[in-house]
Amino acid sequence: MLRLDSLGQRYGEHRVLHDISLTVPDGQLLCVVGPSGCGKSTLLRTIAGLLPAHEGTVSIDGDPVVGVPDRLAVVFQDYGRSLFPWLSVRENVALPLRRRGMARAERRNEAERILERVGLGGVGRRHPWQLSGGMQQRVAIARALVCRPSLLLMDEPFGSLDAQTREDLEDLLLDVHRAEGTTIVFVTHDIDESVYVGDRVVVLSAGPGSRVVLDLPVGLPGEREQIGTRGLAEFVALRAEVGRTVRG
Amino acid sequence: MRRRQELLLGGLGVLLAFGVCEAVSRAGLVRRTYLPPASEVLARAVELAGDQVFLDGLGATLIAWALGLGLACAIAIPLGLLLGSVPVVDDAVRAIVEFLRPLPSVALIPLVSLLLGSGTETKVALITYASVWPVLFNTVYGLGETDPLAKDTLRAFGFGRLAVLLRVELPATAPFIAAGIRISAAIALILAVATEILAGFGEGLGIFIAQAGLATDGTRDVLAGVVWAGALGLLINSVLVWGERQLFPWTPEHRGRR
Repeated sequence: MLRLDSLGQRYGEHRVLHDISLTVPDGQLLCVVGPSGCGKSTLLRTIAGLLPAHEGTVSIDGDPVVGVPDRLAVVFQDYGRSLFPWLSVRENVALPLRRRGMARAERRNEAERILERVGLGGVGRRHPWQLSGGMQQRVAIARALVCRPSLLLMDEPFGSLDAQTREDLEDLLLDVHRAEGTTIVFVTHDIDESVYVGDRVVVLSAGPGSRVVLDLPVGLPGEREQIGTRGLAEFVALRAEVGRTVRG
Repeated sequence: MRRRQELLLGGLGVLLAFGVCEAVSRAGLVRRTYLPPASEVLARAVELAGDQVFLDGLGATLIAWALGLGLACAIAIPLGLLLGSVPVVDDAVRAIVEFLRPLPSVALIPLVSLLLGSGTETKVALITYASVWPVLFNTVYGLGETDPLAKDTLRAFGFGRLAVLLRVELPATAPFIAAGIRISAAIALILAVATEILAGFGEGLGIFIAQAGLATDGTRDVLAGVVWAGALGLLINSVLVWGERQLFPWTPEHRGRR
């Protein structure tokens, strides 16, 4: 269980997040939405332990987060910068396994297995920059999944992809989430996307000092499908509520 | 296709320059002893390839070049990594570096010759001094240019400070270091030849040029020596550019050009 207690964050005099308290049960896919510049990424970096909390605490299963927690994985929006161009696709994916003290052959097999899982069988020997944007983001997702994280943080992961690729990857994410039951915090500025992928949507207010202004369970059926789900009356109603809140 | 065009244009430029030099001399615009025709200079340069004394001198110059450049890398790369990753050290050393850097290395030749004599030690010391800077500054700059997101990615997977240095910062900085070495390789060659010319005795390409300059009608030999120096520079640069392309095919300027 991930728990934020009165979390506050600031850059110098500039207050970014204010009094954020949230409890994310194991296995939940939580979407965080908000206008741009509201501190969504800062929130994610604080949960990841990349930024120390200025006020309040972050804890996982009751243990306060100091530094980067174990069994954490992060997917950033900018795959072009977060994948390492000097490593092959397979080496990129296998990299997190180095901390597990796994043998080389084992790392390699595990990387190939997970690449297959995200639909990238057979591209392991190529380099990230030889792939399309969508494929590169699949590589980043594979790398995040390879060490079976208990908490997966995603910072606008599909923000720079075209609509078709984005929908494919949303479905891949839902599929993985159903199969692995990983707790996921998914930051996005796309209202539709938040309702489509989320079990729950949290809306942050515009800065400075963003707060949680809406915390909404998404009661859509677990099995989702791009055309059908987005046509449901319930989907449309949820989307409207989130949209109104985001716009203030 | 583009590389072929580049080669073609390069060859055309060389031919044109060659033609102008040849014409100026043959037309009698300058005295032949001052500027012999390009073809004669080139013929002499080719002839030197069979001259054992000349080749021994060339070898001596290249050994000093390699020693000096190697020493410069051995000093500049670790120092650059230290300066680039520990701000306190950078602050402490910055003033000294900025004081030493603008000193023209050629102006140090008399001083160093006085201290170390005019043998290989002087050459190597001066080459090292002059070649340290581009490698040092490129290393520091490359480290500073490492993408913070790449570092955060590794940290988020639980890797520590040393792993970030070895697995992200070092590979990301390597192309900058290589470019620094390529700049230094040219500077090192200039220093090697210049030190020899100013020192005036011993053996080396610069010695050959200096002594030819004292002989009557020595211009042809001086120019043939200069052609050798230029050709060496070109060869060294081409090899290094090729090496960079093999080692770092992933940098944006090399992608798809291997």
